[in-house]
Amino acid sequence: MSGDNVDRIGVQAVDHDRRRLLTAATAGLGAVGVAFAAVPFISSWQPSVRAKALGAPVSVDASKLEDGQMLKVVWRGQPVVVVRRSKAVIDLLAGHDDLLVDPHSDNSLQPRYIKDAGPARARNPEYWVGLAVCTHLGCSPLSAFEPNNAFQVAGTDLGQNWPGGFYCPCHGSKYDISGRVFKSMPAPRNLTVPSYTFSGDARIVIGVDEAPPSV
Amino acid sequence: MVKRGLLIAIALFPAGLALAQEGGEIEVQRAHADIRDLESLRRGAHDFMNYCSGCHSIAYLRYNRMAEDLKIPEKELSANLMFTSQKPFDGIVSAMPSDAADWFGKQPPDLSLMAREKGRDYIYSYLKGFYVDDTRPWGVNNVYLPGTAMPDVVAGVQGLQQPVFKSEKDGAGSDHMVLRGVEALTKGSLSPVEYDGFARDIANFLDYAGEPVKAKRQSLGVFVMLFLIVGFVFAYLLKKEYWKDVT
Amino acid sequence: MAEAPESTASNGLLAWIDKRFPLSALWRSQVSEYYAPKNFNFWYYFGSLALLVLANQIITGIFLTMNYKPSASEAFASVEYIMRDVNWGWLIRYMHTTGASAFFIVVYLHMFRALLYGSHRKPRELLWIFGCVIFVALMAEGFMGYVLPWGNMSFWGAQVITSLFGSLPFVGGILVDWIRGDYVISDATLNRFFALHVAAVPIALIFLVIAHLMALHEVGSNNPDGIDIKKHKDSNGHPLDGIPFHPYYSVKDLVGVMGFLIIFAGVIFFAPTFGGLFLEAPNFSPANPLQTPPHIAPVWYFTPYYAMLRAVPSFAGTQVWGVLVMGASIAVLFLVPWLDRSPVNSIRYRGPIYKIMLAIFVVSFVILGICGLKPPAGIYPMLAKICTALYFAFFLLMPFYTRIDRVKPVPERVTGHG
Repeated sequence: MSGDNVDRIGVQAVDHDRRRLLTAATAGLGAVGVAFAAVPFISSWQPSVRAKALGAPVSVDASKLEDGQMLKVVWRGQPVVVVRRSKAVIDLLAGHDDLLVDPHSDNSLQPRYIKDAGPARARNPEYWVGLAVCTHLGCSPLSAFEPNNAFQVAGTDLGQNWPGGFYCPCHGSKYDISGRVFKSMPAPRNLTVPSYTFSGDARIVIGVDEAPPSV
Repeated sequence: MVKRGLLIAIALFPAGLALAQEGGEIEVQRAHADIRDLESLRRGAHDFMNYCSGCHSIAYLRYNRMAEDLKIPEKELSANLMFTSQKPFDGIVSAMPSDAADWFGKQPPDLSLMAREKGRDYIYSYLKGFYVDDTRPWGVNNVYLPGTAMPDVVAGVQGLQQPVFKSEKDGAGSDHMVLRGVEALTKGSLSPVEYDGFARDIANFLDYAGEPVKAKRQSLGVFVMLFLIVGFVFAYLLKKEYWKDVT
Repeated sequence: MAEAPESTASNGLLAWIDKRFPLSALWRSQVSEYYAPKNFNFWYYFGSLALLVLANQIITGIFLTMNYKPSASEAFASVEYIMRDVNWGWLIRYMHTTGASAFFIVVYLHMFRALLYGSHRKPRELLWIFGCVIFVALMAEGFMGYVLPWGNMSFWGAQVITSLFGSLPFVGGILVDWIRGDYVISDATLNRFFALHVAAVPIALIFLVIAHLMALHEVGSNNPDGIDIKKHKDSNGHPLDGIPFHPYYSVKDLVGVMGFLIIFAGVIFFAPTFGGLFLEAPNFSPANPLQTPPHIAPVWYFTPYYAMLRAVPSFAGTQVWGVLVMGASIAVLFLVPWLDRSPVNSIRYRGPIYKIMLAIFVVSFVILGICGLKPPAGIYPMLAKICTALYFAFFLLMPFYTRIDRVKPVPERVTGHG
């Protein structure tokens, strides 16, 4: 405040305390107001209703899948595969931990209940659900589900004792049939598993942990 | 005979009201609907889906938004309000094919914003404005949209109506029969009072569909105004305090 | 005014900045030691309010642009997307549309203040001219912004206004196609209007507003008494009738802002379409080149000029006269500093003629606005012609009546304070 207009400032003594209080109160109200006003703008960046709708859960009927078959659906713009696994293949899952980078899925992305499911990495071991997105650079891995068939993917030697799994053609990453990546591959992590649940024996809803109340 | 006719006329009086005039135009009737009346909106949603959604989309309104705002449980939404293979997050789209203009002469318009464009009262009035007219392809016309391409889908509930003509002099001084309103011709499944509510509920629902956030906007507005008024008081006191310095 | 250096971190930071950028010097010269007359009244709120509304339009506009799609096939749906699907999108949209109308209300009142107190007169002619350029830019901005939602009124309003240029002799036809980028209002037009509305004109407006404020600060503000407060200074060289802008006018303008916000919020939350004046009903249906709305009218803030356009009849086979009159009605504003020959600035000391002429001017302008909103039938065409004549009379006769008007003695010092 300027002190040089002495002859224009009233004869009244200036109550500095009242000024400070009023200024602080008004400034405080102003700050609250600005914060309230900012909320809509910041919130407008949240995914819109349309984004949420497009990202809505996807329901898949896997009842027609036979052993060793796979189906693919799109969820949130990404490919999700469902693989029907025979008992023989499931039994092979426990036998090659030493060949895997992360056999217990400590460093990969999946829901709690998937990690806790052990080598099967699935709610129901008969069906494996996962994102068909290679964790190296995002290519879509190919199916190579037959065990002991080293040349089932044209032009590739999968090696002896191939337990069945995925092969990514872009840079050669190999995953087992639970999406766990083998050692010495370009890919760093196991294939990601999204939230999903069963709403029926072979009806899988991808994108939610719990089935919505049945309609 | 006359006495019975008179009794019927009196009974049908609300439906047979001649409509007020304004410089030759027939004035739209007030709907007196309340956008906060969820019961009315739910009835309107139900009636819209059953009587209108066969031809008219309201594509900007999502099923799940409607269910959330009108507090309709999901079971009831899919059982009573969804008739196509759409999902709850989809906009409400009619199954009417895109070449419907061939049948009707005009594609049934999307009604999402009809209440914002023509007004809720117009929709209410329009639903009450059909009358028999054998010069038209579907045999009906509408007082509020002369030459409408829409068939009288409410004939079952409202009954048929006939036009009321009055003789008026035009600018040159000669007599003309001018359409001045409608009156009941046959009975529908709803009484005139019930049908009035039917029309009001649909108009109310379409008013909601035009701007689903309206009720929330108004209640938020009360808080904002209160906050601003308090802020104004403080700013004023602050100004007065500092301006004590100025003579 | 060097302060003794203190060891607090913030003063250290400020000193560091001041050595490299004139921050404190600017603050002092433009705000805390900029002296403004102490007698500002209600009419002096509208300058700072205009700045507030400009900020609102820019911020809400940027956020709208994040979700709006500037193509003929997607624009209309993208606006409904903003209104329904984007979190709080409806609020941002209403703030922008209400802000657009608020901008014109505030600017019209701001210009009226100048006519009241002679703020257009020497040495503030350039200040006034910058203001007129801002006004023209604002009209362009508002016109183009209205096209963007691509409703039926957006389309037909644009169609009608751009075809006005077609009446200009020789260049008319080519000019219209050049403006539209097509033979009719189309996607090409929409896209370029988007670029101009979102980037080019706002940038120009910001520079113009800075120039406007610099011109103001160079000579200092006028005041309701119209006298020069710099004539009488105290021993420190400060005007006796002046007070520093900060804290006195920062605190007073805050009151103006709060009052404005109450009205602004009232409209946004309770009447965003304002009876179809701020958001017009035909615009809730998509652009349809095959169906004209029953009644085409521009948005309310353009209706006075639209009424003048329609008031001038076709002559010698061309309608260009209406266009020229409409253009002249804005061009004449630029001349006001030289049309005004009064020996005094403020209406307080002018005679009855100016008061009557100004009142007639305001009433005519308002009536023209009403005429522009109505269809050209009944008494409105005649009323529009009369009011157009009165509008121009205010300006064209000004050199005469301001010279002969009786004036009152002007005080040496200001009367009263705000």
